[in-house]
Amino acid sequence: MAINWFKYSSPTTFYGLAGKMIPWFAIPAAILFAIGLYMGFFVAPVDAQQGEFYRIMFIHVPTSILSMFFYLIMAGYAALGLIFNTRLSAMMASAIAPTGALFTLISLLTGALWGKPMWGAWWIWDARMTSQLILLFLYFGFIALHASIDEPRRADRAAALLAIVGSVNVPIIYFSVKWWNTLHQGSTIKFSGTSMQITMQHTLLTMTIACWLYAIAVVLARVRSIILERERKTDWISELPEVRS
Amino acid sequence: MLEVSNLACSRGDHRLFSGLNFHLHLGQIMQVQGANGSGKTSLLRTLCGFLVPDEGEIVWRGERIRELAEDYHDEILYLGHLNAIKDELSALENLRISAGLSGIELEEKEAVTALRRMGLRGREMLPTKVLSQGQRRRVALARLLVSDAKLWILDEPLSALDVGAVALIQELIAEHLAQQGMVIFTTHQPLHVAGIEMRILSLS
Amino acid sequence: MKKSTMLGLLVLVIRRDLVLAMRRRADVLTTLIFFVMVVSLFPLGVGPEMDMLRKMAAGVLWVAALLSSMLSLGRLFSADYLDGTLEQMMLAPQSLSMLVLGKMAAHWMVSGLPLVLMAPVLGLQFDMSVQALGVLMVGLLLGTPILSMVGAIGAALTLGLRGGGVLLSLLVLPLCIPVLIFGTGAVEAVTSGLSIASHFALLGALLILALVFTPWVTAQALRISME
Repeated sequence: MAINWFKYSSPTTFYGLAGKMIPWFAIPAAILFAIGLYMGFFVAPVDAQQGEFYRIMFIHVPTSILSMFFYLIMAGYAALGLIFNTRLSAMMASAIAPTGALFTLISLLTGALWGKPMWGAWWIWDARMTSQLILLFLYFGFIALHASIDEPRRADRAAALLAIVGSVNVPIIYFSVKWWNTLHQGSTIKFSGTSMQITMQHTLLTMTIACWLYAIAVVLARVRSIILERERKTDWISELPEVRS
Repeated sequence: MLEVSNLACSRGDHRLFSGLNFHLHLGQIMQVQGANGSGKTSLLRTLCGFLVPDEGEIVWRGERIRELAEDYHDEILYLGHLNAIKDELSALENLRISAGLSGIELEEKEAVTALRRMGLRGREMLPTKVLSQGQRRRVALARLLVSDAKLWILDEPLSALDVGAVALIQELIAEHLAQQGMVIFTTHQPLHVAGIEMRILSLS
Repeated sequence: MKKSTMLGLLVLVIRRDLVLAMRRRADVLTTLIFFVMVVSLFPLGVGPEMDMLRKMAAGVLWVAALLSSMLSLGRLFSADYLDGTLEQMMLAPQSLSMLVLGKMAAHWMVSGLPLVLMAPVLGLQFDMSVQALGVLMVGLLLGTPILSMVGAIGAALTLGLRGGGVLLSLLVLPLCIPVLIFGTGAVEAVTSGLSIASHFALLGALLILALVFTPWVTAQALRISME
């Protein structure tokens, strides 16, 4: 049996599908956030060396991992859009960008909050933090380029090309920053305990999944509004019940 | 030679034209007509391959122009609204460079001859910024004289030209058609080529 | 009539851009003067202690070089875009990547090479050793072409946009960070008596990568922007 995958790559079909999918991600995300935060703040034990401060890790680590990952996913969608000329892929890419940038920003802020009690400074030029900062610049570049081009098709394609160039550059940047960091004997954020406690691991996993589900729900919602905006002149949009009323 | 089938083009949300079909054979000339904003320039730019059509195909010698790419470029000459000449360069330098970009190494003597025929005698060495609008257009049009392209795509070739220059362009087009060339153009001024049937394509 | 070859076209584009640059010398000089000024502002900002200046020198020169090449990148395609020459270039019977490579080369000769030549003079203001100056120059010689090439992608993407210049820097600067790191790293290595081979090898690798990929990517970007 052959499934026609391209059917779902049409904005018309995807609009409805995304609408049905959102609760399936949003509700579990909310539940897992509640569980994860409860575990993080109340269940997970106090760390021997870092005391209570380490708890910010439960937000910092998931957002850090996902922010880098989302850039690659965004570039992947952008590449699909560029190669196969599917409009939905380009819309997905531009829907992911703000969430990716937000996660990067949260990761930077929580990193700073973590750094202050640990090293006595809000910002240290540690390799991971520096890479995150550069990643934020890359997200800003994508968003700014997309926003400066009025014609949607050119905006999609130009931003897609930039995302691809950026994603090729991400490993090089990451490597060069690490290299620079070892050269200057900078400090690295390392978890002090020799082995992370099992509750901590579970909490971290819960929070990561929660962030992941939240991101999917938000991206789907954003794609829906992008579809509405882009296709506002078509017949199927004007026949939608939510548009009519 | 040039076959266009079911061509559709839009700018932003606005559909300019759709379902456009035509063929152009050796020695034929076609004028694209339509009001301002009807998509004449977009059609010509699509034929050059700058714009990707929403639907439809453009086929040259039996192959799609997208696949031919550089081989197709070798056979067309496009003259847009913009003259593609540099103010800082002389008419002679401009002509030699634009010929060079279209793949032809032009000797100085050939370039001078072409410019003189365009009525620019004595101005070959002047920087084009001191030339008038019409004279600059003549520098750009001199490319028609030194090109070996089969298909000329001319967007408003007569703008800013005086009566003498218009006559000259008509003469050049007639020569080109006589040598089995093809021309597609837009114009707001009448253009007559003696003894040739002018095909008309109307965009509404 | 003689048909031109791919190489002939490359030479034509480089020569044309150099002639144009020579007729608009002011543009070239402005970039160079900007470079000199930015570098000279640093001692005024941080104080004249030679020890600190010597330590900062490579970083300051490199960042200034990065900024001045951003300044001149805006013009890389925009003049040709506005007067229609870019359309003609896209219709050239040779690959657009080749023409783009020519424009990159000319851009480097006009805006990168002068920086390389000027750098030792400015380095003396910072009391850099002769050895460090040599390494700085070689680093710039390898690195500034990468800036022109990566920058060309940004210039092509922002073609004809409002506020294109600032946007261009926003897009390109993060991509240039590895060049900055390896370039300044080499100077630092030589002053602390370490080997500079790996830095130069990495810069060389980046240069080759850029040479292979950026002309093609820039050509695609131009096609997107010209639609």
